Amino acid sequence: MEWLIAITIGTLTTAGVYLTLRARTFPVVVGLTLLAYAVNVFLFAMGRLTIGQPGVIDAEALGYADPLPQALVLTAIVIAFAITAFLIVLALKSSGELGNDHVDGLTVDSDEEVTRLKGTNS
Amino acid sequence: MSSLLDINLPIIALLPFFGAIFVAWVAKFNRYASAWSAAGITVLALLFLYPNLSVIFGGETIVQSWSWIPAIGLEFAFRLDGLALLFALLILIIGLLVIIYARYYLSSKDSMGRFFAYLLMFMGSMLGIVLSENLLQMVVFWELTSLTSFLLISYWQDRDYARQGARMALAITGAGGLALLAGVLLIGNVVGSYNLTDVLASGDLIRQHDLYIPILLLVLLGVFTKSAQFPFHFWLPHAMGAPTPVSAYLHSATMVKAGIFLLARFFPVLSGTPEWTWIVGTAGMLTFIIGAYTALFKDDLKGLLAYSTLSHLGLITLLFGFGTKLAAVAAIFHIINHATFKAALFMVAGIIDHETGTRDMRKLNGLLKYMPHTAILAMIAASAMAGVPLLNGFLSKEMFFEQALTASNTLFISWMVPILVTVAAAFSVAYSLRFIHDVFFNGEPVDLPKTPHEPGRIMRIPVDILVIVCLAVGILPMFTVAPILAVAVADTLQTTPPEYSLAVWHGLNIPLLMSFLALGLGVLIYFKRHIFRTFHDRYLDHLDGKKIFDYLLIQLQKFAVYFTRSFDKGSLQNSVFWVVLTSLIAGLIGFMSLSAPLLGTRELLPIDPITFVIIGLLILATFFTVYYHKQHLISLLMMGIIGLIVSLGFVKFSAPDLALTQLSVEVVTVVLLLLALYFLPQTSPKEIGKTRISRDLVLSILSGVGVTLFTMAVLTREYDPISHFFLSNSVPGGGGTNVVNVILVDFRGFDTLGEIVVLALSGLGIYAMLEYLKLPEPCKQSFIHGLSNDPHPLIMQTLTRVLFPLMIMVAVFIFLRGHNMPGGGFIAGLIAAVALIVQYLANGTDWITERLKLNMHFVIGSGLLIATFTGLIAIALGYPFLTSTFTYLNWPIVGKFEVASAIAFDLGVFLVVVGTTVMIIAQLGKMSANSHITEQKGD
Repeated sequence: MEWLIAITIGTLTTAGVYLTLRARTFPVVVGLTLLAYAVNVFLFAMGRLTIGQPGVIDAEALGYADPLPQALVLTAIVIAFAITAFLIVLALKSSGELGNDHVDGLTVDSDEEVTRLKGTNS
Repeated sequence: MSSLLDINLPIIALLPFFGAIFVAWVAKFNRYASAWSAAGITVLALLFLYPNLSVIFGGETIVQSWSWIPAIGLEFAFRLDGLALLFALLILIIGLLVIIYARYYLSSKDSMGRFFAYLLMFMGSMLGIVLSENLLQMVVFWELTSLTSFLLISYWQDRDYARQGARMALAITGAGGLALLAGVLLIGNVVGSYNLTDVLASGDLIRQHDLYIPILLLVLLGVFTKSAQFPFHFWLPHAMGAPTPVSAYLHSATMVKAGIFLLARFFPVLSGTPEWTWIVGTAGMLTFIIGAYTALFKDDLKGLLAYSTLSHLGLITLLFGFGTKLAAVAAIFHIINHATFKAALFMVAGIIDHETGTRDMRKLNGLLKYMPHTAILAMIAASAMAGVPLLNGFLSKEMFFEQALTASNTLFISWMVPILVTVAAAFSVAYSLRFIHDVFFNGEPVDLPKTPHEPGRIMRIPVDILVIVCLAVGILPMFTVAPILAVAVADTLQTTPPEYSLAVWHGLNIPLLMSFLALGLGVLIYFKRHIFRTFHDRYLDHLDGKKIFDYLLIQLQKFAVYFTRSFDKGSLQNSVFWVVLTSLIAGLIGFMSLSAPLLGTRELLPIDPITFVIIGLLILATFFTVYYHKQHLISLLMMGIIGLIVSLGFVKFSAPDLALTQLSVEVVTVVLLLLALYFLPQTSPKEIGKTRISRDLVLSILSGVGVTLFTMAVLTREYDPISHFFLSNSVPGGGGTNVVNVILVDFRGFDTLGEIVVLALSGLGIYAMLEYLKLPEPCKQSFIHGLSNDPHPLIMQTLTRVLFPLMIMVAVFIFLRGHNMPGGGFIAGLIAAVALIVQYLANGTDWITERLKLNMHFVIGSGLLIATFTGLIAIALGYPFLTSTFTYLNWPIVGKFEVASAIAFDLGVFLVVVGTTVMIIAQLGKMSANSHITEQKGD
């Protein structure tokens, strides 16, 4: 089971890093969100994996999942949302001010074709 | 019972700082009031000093100290001895005269409040240096003089020259201050104490220590930069862009004398070695000669005085460099004399500038008949500077010559010393003569901007006083300067002072001969100065340390720009690539240095088929997110699937709170990104740069593999968590069975408070960014899948309106049970936010604003306030911040239930989450609604 989780985190990281390195803002925001998933699951896994334990204090419980990483990750999820929201609005702002959605504000990128897959916005 | 006399030293040093605030404030009502109150504060400081006089003249030292940071040897400690008293009196008395003078000097355009506030702060910093017992504290005041003198020199901020001069003075003296700090730290290390009393008693220890040379060099760097000694002398003439009262103050009694003060202070500790004599003596001698020579060729009155100041500072430094006790006596004596005649001369230069409109000696001639009184004052002060008998400058110069003769017997090339000093002294006679003859005689003035006349009577009074002092000391030294000189010398040397005589007449001896030689030679040089002048203009005039300084500064800036540019190419992709690569390499190095096997021996959990399939789905969804990333909508939907599976995973691994949070955040995130996507291009262009794609793929796959292995390395090892504390204290200490929630609102409540502040700030940031943003109209054709024509479908409207109360009820339920069952403020807040967002989606922004007259800023603000006040109430009751309490209530029907004060904190969390989330979505939604309206109008 640990391998499955580790591979999940690895896959999310791979996808996150790749998308973060793209040149257009929307994939970058998606990539950072994927990285946030990876980090949250990673932090959560640091408390080791426990299956079928009660979520609250119970006199008959045999054991508990580690609550500390859970508390950390709970706020991390909310903060990650705030960051995602901030980033996407930053992307909107930059496209509004610069007239394009390139991360460096370029209208022409030598690594890209001039036309988009279907239609353009500008 | 402490009396005022136990605390008066810090009061003297700090009074001017508080006075500065008062002076700046009072200037709002009356500009002259600020001048007179500055004078009043100076007099007050003198009064505070007065009761100590008898003690100091009795030969004692006063130390007043308070423990500050004992761990690093920092004390708030002040000291008053003879040397400190001499300097404190110079700073305060000349300061007072300068204040009176400046009151008449400044024009109605100059801000008096600002001027006197700066001047007082500077005065306080100087007093701090001379009165400090603790060396670290002294360095702080030392740097404060650099900062405040920067403000004073650049007082006329609109003048380019003043600004540049101030910047150079700050850079050089500030850098020297850092060197001094290093030197002081070394001294503290060697002696084991930063207190002057201990340091002064450890002279032999320091001189014999291996660190003596570094200490000496670092301290001297501080001294030479501050006192403008060669090769750092060039900042001083460029600081003449300051108002003349500032020059009179900084270059006579204060700023540049701070370095000299330090030489005197450390004289018993650092002097007496060949290194001291060579370094201090050489720097002093060179500055003495360069200053005296250059002063003769300056046409600007203040320029002449600036170089003459350099020369006299060099003379004093040279005396300390001789290293003998008698030389120190002469040095201290000359400090007093130079302060008086140089302050007077700067003030005269200011009067002439003020009354004629120029300081150019080629225009200023024959002023004797226009301003006879000022002329007489100037002539006496300038004669004192030249070392004419019966004036104070003569006495200290005699002593200086005598010491130069003594020194000539000690070292092998020092036979040159008496010759060099006589020549330099001749040049100082020459420039003093030029100051007198060029300005007050020598024909008629040449097209002056103003018709010259005597200044106002009060403006002359400070000069009168200073000149009378010059005369009194020169004629009757035993009755005037002797007592203060005696205690200052005794405390400089820290032993009994040597025998010296202050008599005007010592009989016919070689020093007297040197004096007359210098006088005669000086007159000759003055009248033949055109010979030197031609030589000077051709070979030496263009030499200026400022050029080297400016060149170095520009090179430094160029290097900084080059350095930055070579890393930051202005491309985010590039920067991100390097950041990821660096962390990858750092991780790799970490793995390599691990001696144990990568994986541990902890028993792994078995894999069940359902989990296997679901995680397979997650990986598939991740793959599609990347594969379709150029089609933003599909990519976003795939990402939503990932988020949902992650929340399922939390359910599986016993984390119900996380599952709930993840689920609601996922909904909000997808809605938010959808809204934003409406305004962004729907697709990314195809990438044709294959190298970039493969480079990025390799990097990201390596990162993924690294993270996987890292995770496994941890998960296969046992660990010893600290969670036992939380698990066993949650119910008895926090009053809740949901440990995660108790950690959030109780054990780690302060962290949570920080997090909701971050959340609120990001919400406000987003609001601000969107507030005045005009986005280009999205083009309908760009949407691959088209747009619905019906913005608010009827079925959705009806259904969501019915659901709304139910959703809010769920939120309330989740909130209330949060302390004991999965739930709590964060989750409840998100659910309530989802309920509201659904209404926005189904009914439109206008429909909501009509019904919900609630400003989300208000909700966020009250959330933060409630959370903070919960914590503050604990403080008010005498517990640490955010301590919670709980009790059990028994209500009819409901039965026994628990009430915890932490629920109030959780309410704050709830409000911030609702407010922020709804505000972000509503703000974006408003923009899309606006664009719909314009679209319809367009049709």
